[in-house]
Amino acid sequence: MSATNGLIGQSIRRVEDKRFITGRGNYTDDIILPHQTYASFSRSPYAHANILNVDIEAAKAMPGVVAIFTGADVANLNGVPCGWQVNFKDGTTMKEPKHPLLVKDKALHVGDPIAIVIAETREQAKDAAEAIVVEYEELDAVVNAAEAVKPGAPQVHAEAPNNICFDWELGNPKSEVEEAMSKAAHVTILEFVNQRMVPNAIEPRSYIGAYDEAYDKYTLYTSTQNPHLIRLLMCAFVLGIPEHKVRVVGPDVGGGFGSKIFHYTEEALLTWATKKIKRPIKWTSDRSESFLLDAHGRDHVTKAEMGFDADGKIVALRSKTFANLGAYLSTFSTAVPTYLHGTLLQGLYTTPKINVDVTGVFTNTTAVDAYRGAGRPEATYLLERLMDLAALEMGVDPVELRFKNFIPPFNGVDEPGYQTQVALQYDSGNYHGVLEKGLAMLGYEDFRTQQKEALKNGKLLGVGFSTYIEACGIAPSAVVGSLGARAGLFEVGQVRVQPTGKVSVYTGSHSHGQGHETTFAQVVADKLGIAMDDVEIIHGDSDSVAFGMGTYGSRSLAVGGSAIVKSIEKIVEKGKKIAAHKLEASADDMEFANGKFTVKGTDKSLSFGDIALTAYVPHVYPKDLEPGLDFSSFYDPANFTYPFGCHIAVVEVEKETGKVTMKRFIAVDDVGNVINPMIVEGQIHGGVVQGIGQALFEGAEYDENGQLTNGSYMDYCMPRADDFPMFETGSQVTPCPHNPLGVKGAGEAGCIGSTPAVVNAVIDALWSGGHKVKDIRMPLTSERVWRAMKQ
Amino acid sequence: MSIRIHVKVNGVEYSNDVEPRLLLVHYLRDTLRLTGTHIGCDTSSCGACTIQINGLATKSCTLLAVQADGCDITTIEGMANNGDLHPLQEAFKECHGLQCGFCTPGMIMTSADLLQHNPHPTEQEIREALEGNFCRCTGYHNIVKSVQYAAEKMQKEVVV
Repeated sequence: MSATNGLIGQSIRRVEDKRFITGRGNYTDDIILPHQTYASFSRSPYAHANILNVDIEAAKAMPGVVAIFTGADVANLNGVPCGWQVNFKDGTTMKEPKHPLLVKDKALHVGDPIAIVIAETREQAKDAAEAIVVEYEELDAVVNAAEAVKPGAPQVHAEAPNNICFDWELGNPKSEVEEAMSKAAHVTILEFVNQRMVPNAIEPRSYIGAYDEAYDKYTLYTSTQNPHLIRLLMCAFVLGIPEHKVRVVGPDVGGGFGSKIFHYTEEALLTWATKKIKRPIKWTSDRSESFLLDAHGRDHVTKAEMGFDADGKIVALRSKTFANLGAYLSTFSTAVPTYLHGTLLQGLYTTPKINVDVTGVFTNTTAVDAYRGAGRPEATYLLERLMDLAALEMGVDPVELRFKNFIPPFNGVDEPGYQTQVALQYDSGNYHGVLEKGLAMLGYEDFRTQQKEALKNGKLLGVGFSTYIEACGIAPSAVVGSLGARAGLFEVGQVRVQPTGKVSVYTGSHSHGQGHETTFAQVVADKLGIAMDDVEIIHGDSDSVAFGMGTYGSRSLAVGGSAIVKSIEKIVEKGKKIAAHKLEASADDMEFANGKFTVKGTDKSLSFGDIALTAYVPHVYPKDLEPGLDFSSFYDPANFTYPFGCHIAVVEVEKETGKVTMKRFIAVDDVGNVINPMIVEGQIHGGVVQGIGQALFEGAEYDENGQLTNGSYMDYCMPRADDFPMFETGSQVTPCPHNPLGVKGAGEAGCIGSTPAVVNAVIDALWSGGHKVKDIRMPLTSERVWRAMKQ
Repeated sequence: MSIRIHVKVNGVEYSNDVEPRLLLVHYLRDTLRLTGTHIGCDTSSCGACTIQINGLATKSCTLLAVQADGCDITTIEGMANNGDLHPLQEAFKECHGLQCGFCTPGMIMTSADLLQHNPHPTEQEIREALEGNFCRCTGYHNIVKSVQYAAEKMQKEVVV
């Protein structure tokens, strides 16, 4: 491979910024197509209700109305599919009720769509939607996963008895774990709720469906994280329309955090309806709809037990989780509490016996699916809360307890990766290193002195630790296929060298804040020895990019970047043949470095630009070689990647009010090799705030009728600028041994490590003041902390 | 029924007939096609739609277009001067103060208001000034740094 020009590893300022800072971004709602109409919906105000009658007559007569469709009109269409099959313990497949585009007989959560109204203007569509008269028979609702499985609970789907979608386990047999646990000198038990989160990308979902009769072609503009996957699911599974006649475009997208991975009913409905009315249709969700419709995250009710021997070594771990899936299965919802959660319960520790048991449950709530971290934050929360609590209970230092139980360092090259008890094989790791670095940044010994001093002055200071691991770079297709995935999880990267030596790169990854237009260009320019200005990254359009699996699970660089590197290798190999012919040398004698093809040991060389031009003007050219310099590659990773790190929170708890103030937050993350440190740090900052948001501020709250009681920004506590100090970030580099860039992924780390660190810090502060509290339910509001201190 | 309004936006005079219930943000985005001003919520909480009206930062989803009749409006598209970026625009790029870019116009317009009225804000004052603007990507860390950077740069320009 070529020598580099040193662009990799530099904090290059972002290429994409100019359009965003000048207001020239191009988000879906910014697009207005000729003759465009607007859609609005009539939605169920009840969480669970029979639909007795839908009267659209008055609405049809409203000004500007073009068409109205109800559940009866789309009853023959398939519903949106779930992409991951999880089996019951006895091998039977999960329950998979239809998720229709519009509901006809029964509404299963607040916001379930009854009818779509299409009108000339946004306001006319809304007016007419409000004029639709629906007669409901309200039914009892169930919102809590642990309650929903009990006898007598309201049933969400007739085909899922006791509301159970699946009942799944992983790890060592329960009997073996029980035996190990029974011999433990100390068992720490924690029962907790990992509360439901609302993703809240600041750009609401927006779609435009447009059918062109002359070409018999559909175009869907969508605020999505993966345009090709949406096209595949919509064409093949929902609408049964030919894939080659559908173009899906994900233009600039204003954040996703998981919630824009999934194929939503509105995407398919607009694509179907545009052909009916032969005009483009736009629908942009308002924030209230986002709260009710965008798939939520987390929502686990868990009991976990960790056993230790007399020396403090972990001997066993077991957990039982009821995972709330909501009313319908979203695209990846079944994978999140199972294969993205149970598989991470080895953590960083040598625990010899582990059993994880998860029941997936339907309720009358919004669907739950991947939200930044997706299963891995839940696993980390479970483990890291247990570790700090066990240390407090046993009267040992939480740091020493971790050092005692860490898996020893391994690089995955000189020795195989670490085989866990829960299916995964870690690629490379140095877990001691990140904790040591975090402790040095904190000044741990000084902190304990400060904590004692603070107590004398009537203040409660606390420190919380979290040493996490995640499985990213999702994922080897064969592995995920064997675990139930219904799609491959490779990525596609095409490198097209233009005749003038400029380079267009087409990637199946999708950037919605991650900065691919910069980092991918850095990689390409570095490897080809050309200027970054000579590289353009193109993504998000199924008519330009050959194929793609999209962006989620911190996979873009590890999988998408690796696909691009594979294509670059093919470019260089072909370039050597062209150069060798022109220089009358053997291709084996050619080397490529710093943008030049050189005959080894001579000064005879040709520039990258010369070779590009020759490839397209092949007058002096090898006989057996095709013209052109354009390669596409599919990269299917050999393994997941396993970023890890250490997060440390320092908090102060006000005794009188329970108010928690973030004093310091230290994040030491090892994400493998780093292409652009500025962008990686930015990803960590953002993830940390989402993680702290879960610990201290956020959480969806349903009442017993299934009404989301905090479904607006007036009610749902979003983290704000004045809630945080400046963050202290550190890094360590343990390269990934199995991808060409040695990268592991950085998108979710901040959100995975931070939540338990903050809760642990609050618990530590309370224990320092003599309040031996085991758990406080997140978010840790002043009231909840105050009540915990009063117990 | 429509009502005629006259406004000046980014130095250009406009005159349009609008529905009385049309929000100012929809007027800017749909009628004038200035789509840099974004809509992130329906409760005037997120700040993505922040513009300046007569020199003051204002959430354009809280006003009807008819209420802006006669006003002088600046949107994100009007912040650069003959192609030269405003110091805040430069700062957000230099300090990586944006990721998806959706909240960025609002952040810049609110920050501009802050620096007009308080050219030397402390970190805490910056954080409090941005309290009405949500960002889900950056964790605010680099946004605060961007405002600090711009404040310093604008101060130097004043001295020069």
